[in-house]
Amino acid sequence: MAKTIVQKIWDQHVVSQDEGAPAILAIDLHLIHEVTSPQAFTGLRARGLKVRRPDKTVATADHSIPTTPRNLPIADEAAATQVKQLETNCNEFGIPLHGWESPNQGIVHVIGPELGLTQPGATIVCGDSHTATHGAFGALAFGIGTSEVEMVLATQCLLQRTPKTYLVRVDGRLQSGVSAKDIILALIARIGVGGGTGHVFEYAGEAIRALSMEERMTICNMSIEGGARAGLVAPDETTFAYLKGRPHAPQGAAWDEAVARWRQLPSDPGATYDKEIVIDANALEPMVTYGTNPGMGLPISGSVPDPATERDPASARALARALEYMDLTAGQRILDQPVNTVFIGSCTNGRISDLRIAANVFKGKRVASGVRVMVVPGSADVKRQAEREGLDAIFRDAGADWREAGCSMCIAMNGDQLAPGEYAISTSNRNFEGRQGKGGRTFLASPLTAAATALRGRITDPRTLA
Amino acid sequence: MGAPKVEGFSSALIPLPAENVDTDQIVPARYLKVVVKSGLADALFHDWRFDEDGTKKTPPFVLDDPRYAGRSILVAGDNFGTGSSREHAPWALDAFGIKAIVSTSFADIFKNNALKNGILPIVVDATLHAQLMDVARSGDASQASVDLASATLTTPSGAAVKFAIDPFAQKMLLAGLDELEFVRSKEADIAAHERAHPSTIDTKAHRAIQ
Repeated sequence: MAKTIVQKIWDQHVVSQDEGAPAILAIDLHLIHEVTSPQAFTGLRARGLKVRRPDKTVATADHSIPTTPRNLPIADEAAATQVKQLETNCNEFGIPLHGWESPNQGIVHVIGPELGLTQPGATIVCGDSHTATHGAFGALAFGIGTSEVEMVLATQCLLQRTPKTYLVRVDGRLQSGVSAKDIILALIARIGVGGGTGHVFEYAGEAIRALSMEERMTICNMSIEGGARAGLVAPDETTFAYLKGRPHAPQGAAWDEAVARWRQLPSDPGATYDKEIVIDANALEPMVTYGTNPGMGLPISGSVPDPATERDPASARALARALEYMDLTAGQRILDQPVNTVFIGSCTNGRISDLRIAANVFKGKRVASGVRVMVVPGSADVKRQAEREGLDAIFRDAGADWREAGCSMCIAMNGDQLAPGEYAISTSNRNFEGRQGKGGRTFLASPLTAAATALRGRITDPRTLA
Repeated sequence: MGAPKVEGFSSALIPLPAENVDTDQIVPARYLKVVVKSGLADALFHDWRFDEDGTKKTPPFVLDDPRYAGRSILVAGDNFGTGSSREHAPWALDAFGIKAIVSTSFADIFKNNALKNGILPIVVDATLHAQLMDVARSGDASQASVDLASATLTTPSGAAVKFAIDPFAQKMLLAGLDELEFVRSKEADIAAHERAHPSTIDTKAHRAIQ
């Protein structure tokens, strides 16, 4: 029978399945960070258990750490305790840690791929909903809760029900000024934040094939924003070229064997899906969100929708509440909406290609007066690479703030945050109420749109830049 | 530690008529800087419940409304628990005393996390949901009850409605059994699978980035 890539990976990882029970699924890579792991280690200690496979586990600190220079101590006592606890746990249980002062530190979903740990056909989990990022390599990668983190630490397995599959086919070619971020925001705007619940997205089609690995990561990253725990792209030559030679990638004969196996992963012709959708890349514009969930997005030339025209009363209520929170008016254009802050970073758009795009916009220019622009590399390695290319100087000369690596203002746990009422345009993944700081208001967009907006201090269509 | 055990309970209903309630609302991120599970009751829906100075909002958010005090069944809008994987969300709900959430659908990760903490995500159809929301919003003190063994929700008006629940989760919760111990009991299968499926991923075989 013709199988999808999801079914192939699934079948290779089912350890056993009791009648009526979920499958026991073997996990190839477990990523951990300081925020969702401490209680899991406490559980292990209470049970007197070890970590079953520390060699399939890796840790970093990213969520609560400051993005100020690393020679300063962590001022926030709770964050410092959490980071210290991660170090203690990793030492005690023998887990490799790329800690907050390590040259390989970074957002967990940025360092997995750059270290070559993220590999096609693998099952990858992390106590973080953006784990689907790793799906860009043709891995089945999804977020889990802390109880599940404890289970994976103890057993290297998870209890899972077979997911349904959802084909997202993106045909055609992106127009100039339109990017991977716009594809995923357009998908979520169409299907809603619950559209993919219970499913794994498989992104396919000409427009997906044409994307770089970093662009594919941007798309897979936000699968959860469409309700899907996982989303993936079948591996191809682009995938193998990215991986080859990375620190944890197989080498020599092992590399050739691995690639031969990975070539078997793509979905078979005739494989069927539980759901399908087709998106025409040619027709996409840069996207911006206007509301308080990532499904509330529109083409940048569009206008904010009117609750009065919503047929479903619950949706009308939700929209009215979102517009009230955002202090936007139904029918207004989203273009030219002023912003106070621009955030460029996160596991969605904090990789080197994202920073190059922003730097290219900023080169020789200044950001608008009174606008705070924060550029936060996704990892220490991304930061070094950007500095080798002189991007840091471009950002500083333009008046932007160049920071150390971390999740930063995407989750606003570390002091990088909006003040109440402030507007931000952000390359991150969530525009929930208070996500970037209590009372803060977020417009999600691509790095190109965010950078263009920084120059004017108002939401700007990057296609209109000279 | 200790696996949760659930048989059944009764409570009047609490209304939360919002769709797509995300886990950032259930527990704002700044309350995630903890290394224990306890103490999150005040973090629950913090920014919907408290003003900037930490006092409760006037009029109070529904969880602090005296009419709804002590109730343990929340009726919430579609796609409850969307967003982040933080298990702090069910920990906070549990700390506050919420035992079940009734909605038309739940986000996947939240649903898993809730069940692992003995909180029941109960899916009902849109018609029944609208009725229950009306009852909850009226402040009606009539009780609904939940019986896990029969997977039945008895509404305040006395109608008995079956709800879908993963049969494995149901069995484990009824018996108070621990899922982690269940998986550990399959050690021989796990070891055999590992031998048969060697992986090329080794986090300890690290070569420094050039």
